Amino acid sequence: MTDAAARPVLEARGIVKVFGQHRALDNVDFAANAGEVHALLGENGAGKSTLIKILTGAYHPDAGELLLDGQPIHLRDPLHGQGYGIGTVYQEVNLLPNRSVSENLFLGRQPTRFGLVDRRRIDAQARDLLSRYGLDIDVRAELSEYSVAVQQIVAIARAVELSGKVLVLDEPTASLDRNEVQRLFEVVRGLKAKGLAIIFITHFLDQVFDLADRVTILRNGRKVATQRLDTLNTTDVVRMMLGKDVAFEHHPTALTGSTRGQVRVAFKGLNRKGLAPFDLAVHEGEVVGVAGLLGSGRTEVARLMFGVDGAEGGEILVDGRPVTIRNPAQAVAAGFGFCPEDRKLDGIFGDLSVRENIIIALQAKLGWFRALNREDQVELAGRYAEALDIRAANHDMPVKLLSGGNQQKVILARWLAIDPTFLILDEPTRGIDVGAHAEIVRTINRLREEGLALFVISSELDEVVAYSNRIVVMRDREMVAELAGPDIASDAIVQAIAGTPQEVRP
Amino acid sequence: MNVFKALALCAGLGGLLLSAAYAEGLQGKVIGFSQIGSESGWRAAETSVTKQVAAELGIDLKFADAQQKQENQIKAIRGFIAQGVDAILVAPVVATGWEEVLTEAKEAGIPVVLLDRGIEGPEDLYLTSVASDQVKEGRVAGEWLVGAVGDKQCNVVELQGTVGSSPAINRKQGFEEAIAGKANLTIIRSQTGDFTRSKGKEVMEGFIKAEDGGKNICAVYAHNDDMAVGAIQAIKDAGLKPGSDILVVSIDAVPDIFAAMVAGEANATVELTPNMAGPAFEALDAYLNNGTVPPKFIITESKLYTPADDPQGEYERRKGLGY
Amino acid sequence: MTRQTVDLRPSTEPPLPRPRPLASLVTRPQVIALAAVLFVNWLLFPGFFTVTWQDGRLFGSLIDVLNRGAPVAILAIGMTMVIATKGVDLSVGAVMAISGAVAAVMVTSGYPAWLAVLAALGAGLVCGLWNGILVTLLEIQPIIATLVLMVAGRGLAQLITEGYIVTFSDPVLIFIGTGSFLGFPMPVVIAFTLMLLATLIVRRTALGLLIEAVGINRSAARFAGLSSGALLLIVYTFAGFCAAVSGLIVAGDIRGADANNAGLWLELDAILAVVIGGTSLMGGRFSIPMAVLGAMIIQAMNTGILISGFSPEFNLVVKSAVIIVILVLQSPLSARLFRRLPGKSQ
Repeated sequence: MTDAAARPVLEARGIVKVFGQHRALDNVDFAANAGEVHALLGENGAGKSTLIKILTGAYHPDAGELLLDGQPIHLRDPLHGQGYGIGTVYQEVNLLPNRSVSENLFLGRQPTRFGLVDRRRIDAQARDLLSRYGLDIDVRAELSEYSVAVQQIVAIARAVELSGKVLVLDEPTASLDRNEVQRLFEVVRGLKAKGLAIIFITHFLDQVFDLADRVTILRNGRKVATQRLDTLNTTDVVRMMLGKDVAFEHHPTALTGSTRGQVRVAFKGLNRKGLAPFDLAVHEGEVVGVAGLLGSGRTEVARLMFGVDGAEGGEILVDGRPVTIRNPAQAVAAGFGFCPEDRKLDGIFGDLSVRENIIIALQAKLGWFRALNREDQVELAGRYAEALDIRAANHDMPVKLLSGGNQQKVILARWLAIDPTFLILDEPTRGIDVGAHAEIVRTINRLREEGLALFVISSELDEVVAYSNRIVVMRDREMVAELAGPDIASDAIVQAIAGTPQEVRP
Repeated sequence: MNVFKALALCAGLGGLLLSAAYAEGLQGKVIGFSQIGSESGWRAAETSVTKQVAAELGIDLKFADAQQKQENQIKAIRGFIAQGVDAILVAPVVATGWEEVLTEAKEAGIPVVLLDRGIEGPEDLYLTSVASDQVKEGRVAGEWLVGAVGDKQCNVVELQGTVGSSPAINRKQGFEEAIAGKANLTIIRSQTGDFTRSKGKEVMEGFIKAEDGGKNICAVYAHNDDMAVGAIQAIKDAGLKPGSDILVVSIDAVPDIFAAMVAGEANATVELTPNMAGPAFEALDAYLNNGTVPPKFIITESKLYTPADDPQGEYERRKGLGY
Repeated sequence: MTRQTVDLRPSTEPPLPRPRPLASLVTRPQVIALAAVLFVNWLLFPGFFTVTWQDGRLFGSLIDVLNRGAPVAILAIGMTMVIATKGVDLSVGAVMAISGAVAAVMVTSGYPAWLAVLAALGAGLVCGLWNGILVTLLEIQPIIATLVLMVAGRGLAQLITEGYIVTFSDPVLIFIGTGSFLGFPMPVVIAFTLMLLATLIVRRTALGLLIEAVGINRSAARFAGLSSGALLLIVYTFAGFCAAVSGLIVAGDIRGADANNAGLWLELDAILAVVIGGTSLMGGRFSIPMAVLGAMIIQAMNTGILISGFSPEFNLVVKSAVIIVILVLQSPLSARLFRRLPGKSQ
């Protein structure tokens, strides 16, 4: 230990957790010190969430012990953990959206007067509390009226108020945009300065380097290392996570306009209320990347293109012929495919098999009476599962049992099975582990090389830069800039997003 | 005591006047009738018989269908009070919750007659209640069977009404009372047929299978005619002759059971008269015209019908009543 | 990596249209439950399995179970598909009453039987279509949308019959309810034929898969280019059709249309049959034959109670106790327990 002075607040020693045949955690040590942000990293299935659940009391370890300030503790449940000062904030804010902000802050411990809830005092206390987090909002309004970032901060404020020693942040930034993330980080830094031990779980490596002091990396239920981050770089971390060297195939300027072919799909003046009309042509063998903050209108563009939301004006041409797209079925008939951002909600059919998930769009396109027989289905599923390296024990198992990355590949396979002319991918790498992430990026590149026209939305700039021929930048529900060829670079995009006009070429 | 004398005189005079009016009976009187609804054929028949009788007597009958809801009945009764009717007939959908609205009627001086069902609460809230005696109905059916089989050994199967309903409980009780002393009559199986034809048929099918193809069964007693009609079909499907191989006795006297009697497939039924309004109007006539307070409970006749009682004629008479 | 090697035994897998070993069929909880109920019936009444040939037809308690279970089985065929789409149809009992009323009133008014049957089936289709329109176009929740017809439908049937039990003596209608074919009662023949046809249609076409997809995730279905609206219309209309067939059988059986009582509460038995058959109320995987089996389990229980000689006050208690046992047997918990058993014995 390099920090001999640092005092561990919450410590786990030799933790073992077994589910059935599977050792989710195998002799894992972990210590969170006062006044530090300790990142917890690992691929999906590495044991992060199991460890967190043990630290907060949601699971009971099969072996090993927990120490709080050096004293052994046995947590019955998260509430009990809260009593010891261990608070948790989850990715999906688990507060009551239809109650006021102040009620959410004080729920279960409202100050009362004569046995009645003293609203005025609650509101005053809530305002006071949130001002310490730099938040000046109407605390009487319903929580759901505020952005996820504000809700996240309210959740943190509540957790810190209730607990105050250890704060566990479980993927708090997953649904926040850049500014919101920074705001959240300010709050976290403030808490760190006050001496809280903060455990931070995320998929975003840059955020880890931005915020955390130390990192513990898990792989397959074992601890790989705990190290100070200032001694590491990204490659080190990824290497430890994957146990092998992976590198993004960065070729930011390798793609030029010359590789693209004919115009496959053209959108002319397409618009809808709340979205400025746009013109866009996507060529054969071209990836048009979309960059922009959350809420810039990027997902809305994709939904409009695919007919999920009806267009109020404009036209769509496929290979020069106008097509009508008022609903996704028509889009599929026109050869479009769409991997939606929320895979679980809009993408997978959890109880259907991998095979059925792959053939479903083709089957919908063929209609009810031209059923693919079992042999066709097996053949199709096999072909695309192999092409995309979908790892499943067999193709008759429910797709919900696959990892996030494999589910994403199943949806991709679903669209490849219809032999699409145009593929829309909305955040194809969100929430999946690093290994699968790299594979999906490789796949996008390969599809482009095979001549597909793609439209890819991603909030990870490095990623967009890695596979796009052109990048459309969106801001305030409008396409504000287009970068191509040598202009494609992370900092140019950042400037375009930030809206510094002198940097943006017309 | 002048006041009393004056009142007595008035009453006497009134009596004289009324006796003149008595000749006209209820002619021109306005009577409100709050009916439960039309959930069964019998209920529909009660409605049409009431309307028929009222028309014969020259009564201006205000009819209100409550569609099985007490609040509709209360609304209707309040409406009748507001219209200042001469009397109100109510077939109460439930037994409780009537005190307020019936007190209002009482304060307005409007006599209320309950039809077919009773209520819980003070008896002074209504003039009288006209209803059948369900226990007696069962007893009449049982007595007929006792007479019909004589000393012969006879196994009876019973098709009960809906479990827990008062006709099912009472008709069962009455029948059991009637056969109590007879060692040769035993109820070997008893199941609910929910007062419906199809359940009656299904249950009878089961009984026949369970009792050696029906050879062990000498008679079926059904708590209503509809179940008996279903049972008759089950008996026929099993290759037996209803009415002779298995005797059929039931209660209600709906048209279809008379049709079965004509075909020789049913042996007896006990009438639950749909004419509850007749006795009610008689009581009202006596009360309104000469102040005669009727007994608190008027029991309708439970008349037995057998193939000897002109089933064809009964069928024709009842066909149009809405059963 | 461990996540991807989950061992999925075929027995836990939802029904798929492909031949499976007989061994796995007889270990289905539904089959075990039916066998158990029949066994108890036999204990209560040793003549339960006796089937004789009488007047050119099969005769016996077992035949009664099939015959009396047929109306609910037919309802369950339609209900299975509705439930697979994450919906429910509460109106089928009322539609039965409407169908019977239409047929009875038409034959008693002198129309030929074939026209009465067609009109009754047509009425069922229209009722189903109405439900489908409420659910699809107006996006009313299925339970509410079909509740409308559940309440109004019985009233409609009463209007058609004018409150009477309309009795008829038309031989064709009576044949539908009480006739026999190859010794089997017509209701059984109709239910079996309908089950085979429906199963063939949903499994030979892609209809079954698409219905399951819509039921599992309607939003994903939309994104995958499925027109769930048309599917829902078809499914609800078919449920209406099944209810009409069932209504004809029930009316033919008692030679009359009893608008007050025909099909009363049968929608609940149909839903129960579907659930016993293993189709989740949350939609998704479904099996029509298993739902029919569910209907037979319910009827075997009803018939068992009838011939047991228990007093009728016990009917509902016994029935609900048996149903609880069946549902517990089907629960994921007991599935896990069962899977462990063979492992231990080896």
